[in-house]
Amino acid sequence: MPINPKDVTWIKEPEIGFWEATFLPAIAKGLRITLGHVTDYRPVTQQYPEQRPVLPQHYRGVHRLNRDEKGRVKCVACMLCATACPANCIAIEAAAAPPDWPDRDKYPAEFVLDELRCIYCGMCEEACPVDAIELTHIYDMTGESRAAMVFNKDALLGIYDKTKDNPADPVRTARGRLGPASELKNLATLGPATTVERGDRAATAPSPGVIGAPPPETRNTW
Amino acid sequence: MPTVYVNNQPVEFGAEERLNCVQAAQRAGVEIPHYCWHRALSVVASCRMCLVEVGQKKPDGAIAMQPKLIPGCQTPVTDGMVIVSDSDKVKAAQKATLEYLLLDHPLDCPTCDQAGECYLQDYSFRYGRGYSRLQEPKEQPPDKTYIGDQITLFTDRCILCSRCVRFTREISGTAELQIINRGNHAEIDIFPDEPCNNKLAGNVVDLCPVGALCSKDFLYKQRVWWLKTANSVCPNCSTGCSIFVDECEDRVYRLRPRYNPRAQGDFMCDEGRFGWKYVHGDERLHLPVQRDGGAAVSHDWDVVLPAARTALAEAAKRGEIAAVLSPWMTLEEAYLLVSYLKSLTSKLSLAVAPVRTVGEDDKYPKDVHGRTMEPTKFTIRAEKCPNRRGVEMILQHFAGSVMPMGDVLGRASSGAFTAMYLVGGDPQGWINEVQAAALDKVNTVIVQDILPSPASQRAKVVLAGGSFAEREGTFVNHAGLAQSIHRAIRSPGEGRPDGRILWDLAERRGLFSAAAVRREMADQVPALKPLLDAELGELGIKL
Repeated sequence: MPINPKDVTWIKEPEIGFWEATFLPAIAKGLRITLGHVTDYRPVTQQYPEQRPVLPQHYRGVHRLNRDEKGRVKCVACMLCATACPANCIAIEAAAAPPDWPDRDKYPAEFVLDELRCIYCGMCEEACPVDAIELTHIYDMTGESRAAMVFNKDALLGIYDKTKDNPADPVRTARGRLGPASELKNLATLGPATTVERGDRAATAPSPGVIGAPPPETRNTW
Repeated sequence: MPTVYVNNQPVEFGAEERLNCVQAAQRAGVEIPHYCWHRALSVVASCRMCLVEVGQKKPDGAIAMQPKLIPGCQTPVTDGMVIVSDSDKVKAAQKATLEYLLLDHPLDCPTCDQAGECYLQDYSFRYGRGYSRLQEPKEQPPDKTYIGDQITLFTDRCILCSRCVRFTREISGTAELQIINRGNHAEIDIFPDEPCNNKLAGNVVDLCPVGALCSKDFLYKQRVWWLKTANSVCPNCSTGCSIFVDECEDRVYRLRPRYNPRAQGDFMCDEGRFGWKYVHGDERLHLPVQRDGGAAVSHDWDVVLPAARTALAEAAKRGEIAAVLSPWMTLEEAYLLVSYLKSLTSKLSLAVAPVRTVGEDDKYPKDVHGRTMEPTKFTIRAEKCPNRRGVEMILQHFAGSVMPMGDVLGRASSGAFTAMYLVGGDPQGWINEVQAAALDKVNTVIVQDILPSPASQRAKVVLAGGSFAEREGTFVNHAGLAQSIHRAIRSPGEGRPDGRILWDLAERRGLFSAAAVRREMADQVPALKPLLDAELGELGIKL
């Protein structure tokens, strides 16, 4: 489509004066800034790796697979992280849970995460219904081959063991237990997913058996 | 024509038709949610999900509505009937029903195999409340891991629609399942030591509208939203059940029956449901082979196919050629092969590989003694191949008669043929060592198969073909119903679908297209005329 001539504004190049054409004022101005840095030395460069950056709390680094209070993998192999993953870097092999794990039906026999393919968007963490996968503050992982950067279940659990006591990487599941999908007996009343009729007090109850209490605190208190 | 009004939409139905409100609403494009009702089973109206308002139009135009809500599945429609499924009263009933059904239902959707194709999820989203008001602990009976060899029960997920119970009583007739206990403690169970192992048992998993009954074969293997589905036909017997092939990344995960009133109805048997494992077997032929004096000289299609073509052309000049077609071939493949060999020589013997028959036709329902009861609702045929009729139609047209493989092999052992083209496909084997010995007398043996056999060991050229899940084409079942199968996965290794192999062998231009071959074939073979200019669609065409 041709541009309507009415929409075009013509501007003129400003005239260059004599001093400006010599460039001398600009050179002097530049030298003043350079000399200013010499006399007033305020470095911003971080001397990595001697100095380590302080990362924000929401930094998204290498993943870890959390353990529950019994030391078992918390993941229930629902594959919602793999479904949410835009980079398609998670592969889970599900299996029936061992018979001595009465609280769940399913667990990951293998959990493979390609750290090179991952784009560290954190969607897996958001999708996880049992808070099993979390992104840590580790950003400086290296490997000698591509295969070494494809982490399996043991490697991801190892990262949990390594980071769980680091104050920068708290276990974010406030309760420290399995999430709602596996705690069938003690199911908290869920918040409304659909519209709630006015006056339906049960919908806003913070926990079973309590009606009319003040609104629940946000669950994630970190 | 009698007319029923669904949410103010008139729906006409035939005078002889017996519809209930759910079916009438389906015709109007209105969904009346239901769990316990299934078109193939008796009506119990126990889930109460399909409650609707029902009324009658009087001759003077006035409408008299019944004061109570009526279960739509149990109410036959009559002329002038008015069904309302979107009023506030109905919506409130649906919401309340779902809430009751979900009272004790665990919120374990992330680990439930049914998630993604679950009617509890779907209806909760569309008609439900979205959260639970239950203030008490849930009733959580333990799982029963052995309902049958292939079936496991997550007791806590069950909503007691009793579809599975009615299926075993009415369709299979074996009646293994029942509801035990009462009220809040009611559960699906089997008699002790009487597991649900009948040949139709797998259907209860499909019938289950929630994730209570699960197939052990599919359990935890894959999430259903990752599966891609292709319409196909079960190849394991000549009933030709319409099926869905569910695959993900070139792996078949399960077969499910596809409703087809012209073929089998709603169900399929366990032989077909679990009889596809050979598709991913390690022994599958992965590469084409060209042999010279017993040693393989090439595994390259670009070498093997021209070699096969030249060998066949030379053999045709020297003497007679024989071909053994398989009842596992599609119509298109049989047509391509025969028309290609016909173009080479007129001295051509055509035979069909033996049709594997196991026992007698197995008819259901059966009574407790295993005797068949009338009326028959499902038949597992003794003839264990998908397309005997279709291949015989092609042979009848081109050869005038259908010769058994034994006759051709008998003549082969006396050195009558210069070349033989044998097509396999039966995963249980189609030729034994003794029969295959006759091939030693034939100079050029070409075998097209999916699994190694005594014939493929003797062959000069082995063409690695595709299983039913890898091919496009048409199968004709025992009753002459032509149904199309569609490709779901790629062949393992270098294997190619048979249609493509034959297309390339015949040096036809472009790519193999089942539809194009079907048109050409229908034009030439009078018996297949109905396939001309007709889409086979999902249900197929009676020939």
